[in-house]
Amino acid sequence: MLLDALLLQLGYNATLVAVGAALLGTSAGITGTFLFLRKRALVSDAVSHATLPGVCIAFLLMAFAGGDGRNLAGLLAGSAVSAGIGLWCMNWLTRNTRLAEDAAIGAVLSVFFGFGIVLLTVIQTLGVGRQAGLEGFLLGSTAGMLYSDAVVIAAGGAMTLALVLLTRRPMTLVAFDPEYAAARGLPVDRIDMLMMGLVMAVTVVGLKIVGLILIVALLIIPAVTARFWTERSEYVVLLAGLFGGVAAYLGAALSASAPNLPTGPLIVLVSFTLFLLSLVLAPNRGVLAAVLRHLRLQRRVHLRQGLLALAQGQAIYESLTLRLLQRAGLVRADGVPTASGKARAAKALRDERRWEVVRRDMAHEAAAALYDGLRDIETVLTQDQIQEIDRQIGGPREVLS
Amino acid sequence: MSGEEFVPLSLTPMLIGIFAAVACALPGNFLLLRRQALIGDAISHVVLPGIVFAFLMTGVIATWPMMLGAAGAAIVAVVMIEAIRRLGRIEPGAAMGVVFTTMFAGGVLLLEQSDTSAVHLDVEHALYGNLESLIWLDATGWSSLLDPEALRYLPTELPRMALTLLGVCLFTALFWRALKISTFDEGFARTMGIRTNLLGLGLVITAAVAAVAAFDAVGSIIVIAMFICPPAAARMMTNRLEAQIAWSVLFAVLSAVLGYVLAGFGPLWLGGGDAVSAAGMIATVSGVILAITARFGPCRGRSGVPATV
Amino acid sequence: MEIVKTQAQGDLSTDKAPEAKLAQSPLAIRGLTVSYGEKPAVFSVDMTVEPGQMTAIIGPNGAGKSTLLKAALGIVAPVSGRVTIFGRSLAEQRARIAYVPQRASVDWDFPTRVIDVVLMGLYRELGLLGWIKGAHRAKALDCLERVGMGDFATRQIGQLSGGQQQRVFLARALAQGADLYLLDEPFAGVDAATEKAIISVLKSLREAGKTVVVVHHDLATVAEYFDNVFLINTRRVAEGPVSEAFTEETLQAAYGGRLATSQIDKLAKA
Repeated sequence: MLLDALLLQLGYNATLVAVGAALLGTSAGITGTFLFLRKRALVSDAVSHATLPGVCIAFLLMAFAGGDGRNLAGLLAGSAVSAGIGLWCMNWLTRNTRLAEDAAIGAVLSVFFGFGIVLLTVIQTLGVGRQAGLEGFLLGSTAGMLYSDAVVIAAGGAMTLALVLLTRRPMTLVAFDPEYAAARGLPVDRIDMLMMGLVMAVTVVGLKIVGLILIVALLIIPAVTARFWTERSEYVVLLAGLFGGVAAYLGAALSASAPNLPTGPLIVLVSFTLFLLSLVLAPNRGVLAAVLRHLRLQRRVHLRQGLLALAQGQAIYESLTLRLLQRAGLVRADGVPTASGKARAAKALRDERRWEVVRRDMAHEAAAALYDGLRDIETVLTQDQIQEIDRQIGGPREVLS
Repeated sequence: MSGEEFVPLSLTPMLIGIFAAVACALPGNFLLLRRQALIGDAISHVVLPGIVFAFLMTGVIATWPMMLGAAGAAIVAVVMIEAIRRLGRIEPGAAMGVVFTTMFAGGVLLLEQSDTSAVHLDVEHALYGNLESLIWLDATGWSSLLDPEALRYLPTELPRMALTLLGVCLFTALFWRALKISTFDEGFARTMGIRTNLLGLGLVITAAVAAVAAFDAVGSIIVIAMFICPPAAARMMTNRLEAQIAWSVLFAVLSAVLGYVLAGFGPLWLGGGDAVSAAGMIATVSGVILAITARFGPCRGRSGVPATV
Repeated sequence: MEIVKTQAQGDLSTDKAPEAKLAQSPLAIRGLTVSYGEKPAVFSVDMTVEPGQMTAIIGPNGAGKSTLLKAALGIVAPVSGRVTIFGRSLAEQRARIAYVPQRASVDWDFPTRVIDVVLMGLYRELGLLGWIKGAHRAKALDCLERVGMGDFATRQIGQLSGGQQQRVFLARALAQGADLYLLDEPFAGVDAATEKAIISVLKSLREAGKTVVVVHHDLATVAEYFDNVFLINTRRVAEGPVSEAFTEETLQAAYGGRLATSQIDKLAKA
């Protein structure tokens, strides 16, 4: 069954939904990257919650006009309008009052959502039409979806993806360095608006699949995940799109494979699994790598400081330093340096002297900037340069102990 | 309206609404100034998985296990956000987004997978509660407030919410000065020997307790709105923290009362039938108050210069 | 309430002479390394501040000046090293230190008045629940007068100029009544009047026997303002009285190619 789902063998609707979800996931991942890099990830939370009143009002209008209140395209249009109003309120609050962006996000999110809930209860009490479907927008529901709805989602996913791909270049520029982009003559304000437009498009299309509470996850998690793997902007964008697409596709397929497996939560959980793996295992920014790096740094600092103290006949206060020196066979248990300890200490002190010369000499400015107390001088200067320095500071001296 | 109608039907929900609103607004002031306004949002989302988990563990719908589960989930979420923020060097907003959506998704999945159809536990209820149902049927009028027999049948949410509010007030009063200093200047606070990390965690836990208690009574939508809107509106009114707290309490009470009344009677005045969601209406009213203060408040501009209208 | 500990920390070392000096020094740092990420910002630094004098910490941008101060105060955690304040641990001596952070480190839109900020300096005196009395207010006002800000007590802090904000921070430190004052770039971006006001307050502190340590960026005023300098560029470059430690050679060593030789000549002669 699961295999069938992954291979799109579960019927026309499920296939359309899975393909639509994958397209949507990809565009959400990419759009979310722009938001994340501008440190505005949670703006999307305000946008998605702000869709609810629009959905309800659109339903009421369509129902009163005598049509079918559940027309998906109509509901999505309504949600886009109210998300736009929410976005405008948020921008107005941050620009014209002392509120910071996070407060503005929270205010818009809760008030619009609260108002949406009021409207939902109005719809319930009015008893117009088959209103039951509206709650589906909170959490998304693809079970028993109409064929026409599936087509709207697949087409919407494809359209947002096309839009994202068309505008990715100016977006990337603005996301990484708005001031540079402005200096290059790019209309930063308009591109920002376009970015928000994309967020709205993703949210609106995603409403039916993952629901308005979880759509944020599609925008945030892939971008954060991708950031762990690379420092280059174009790769972050690509990876985020990939992670988003894969998570959405897997989630949608899994959900179609068995009953009681809601699509939205599954997509989010697959996405989070990818995130968790990246958090721990990513080669450079991953936690495991960072812990190992810190331990190594601590070891190097203590060893180096210990050697310098030995060379200058100073007392060593810290027990970790002594332990590390002992373990490396540089001092005996009573704290007296061994032969190799003396040699290493002499070398450390001598390197420190060499560095002093380097850092004083304007000719070595580039090399001097690399000094951090730990770097071996051989890695920045040639043997000839080191010999030249040694001539300035005189021959090697015996270490006192 | 006469006491015979008001006391049994409206007094208790209104009081619960007021207590919940104030209990959230108080810590909200500090969260707002610390740029942590959205912690309330995150906490209210993770309450659902906590409750579902507690239900699956105990197999019953009982208040205390559920509140413990929710509080536990809130603390897990806060720790996870902090861990992801530090370990992954990710900005707090994004870390929050990752955590609360994931936990919420987990909660929904658990709920769908387990057989909870027999009991009243659903997502909509978790979102907007049911303030209107917290009525006091044993009351016959104002005199019931002095009648021990009737008082025994007060909805249990009322004393629980009152107790929570008391706890929040105590925390705020006790750590008032330390909170103020560490919110304004964390580095300086640390040199004064204030344990800023612990204090920050204490604040978030207080907020979580308020959120969980309020959520049990009124649903999470009020919780998010009350954490942010009354303090934000109060910020537009004054340049002193003491006055800001007072304003925020006033706005919270106003939102709760007006929201409840409008939800209950608004539709009737408009010729409609039944009442609409009180929780949603309270959030809406708090938004209207924020909008008015943001437009006309004397201190709405940045850097404290009173703006001219 | 403080229990006086008679046991010296000498058991860690057999080296008696530096230990004796360590115990007297208001701020003594040994083997301090602080690292943000993998490149230490401060490496294996020793520092011994002389009591009752004014010391400037100077060095090029990114040389670890502020980091050194923050590590000394326990605001950032070091990779290795130890810090003693008047011969004891930081935790025991908190009441004797006053810290003036960089102005940009806080949100000046915070809802509070000038006098409230100064009253924050009395936190240890007041404790968690102590009531603010007239005497406390009078003390805070007095501190404000000393920095020339007495007329601004009830202003909202966001309404002040940069120099005024810096003076409020100094007044808050004065209110603490400490023995050791640590200031992080107090003269950065302030007007001439503020600079004068601050330096005269610092000099009066010195006359009262207090110790002052300042992270400083303006080489031209070092000789005029300070008794001692501490030159740092990741490592300690030089430490001592201005006349000895603030020379062409030490500046060259600290700033390397970043300072023109002619500039150094002028400064060292000044």
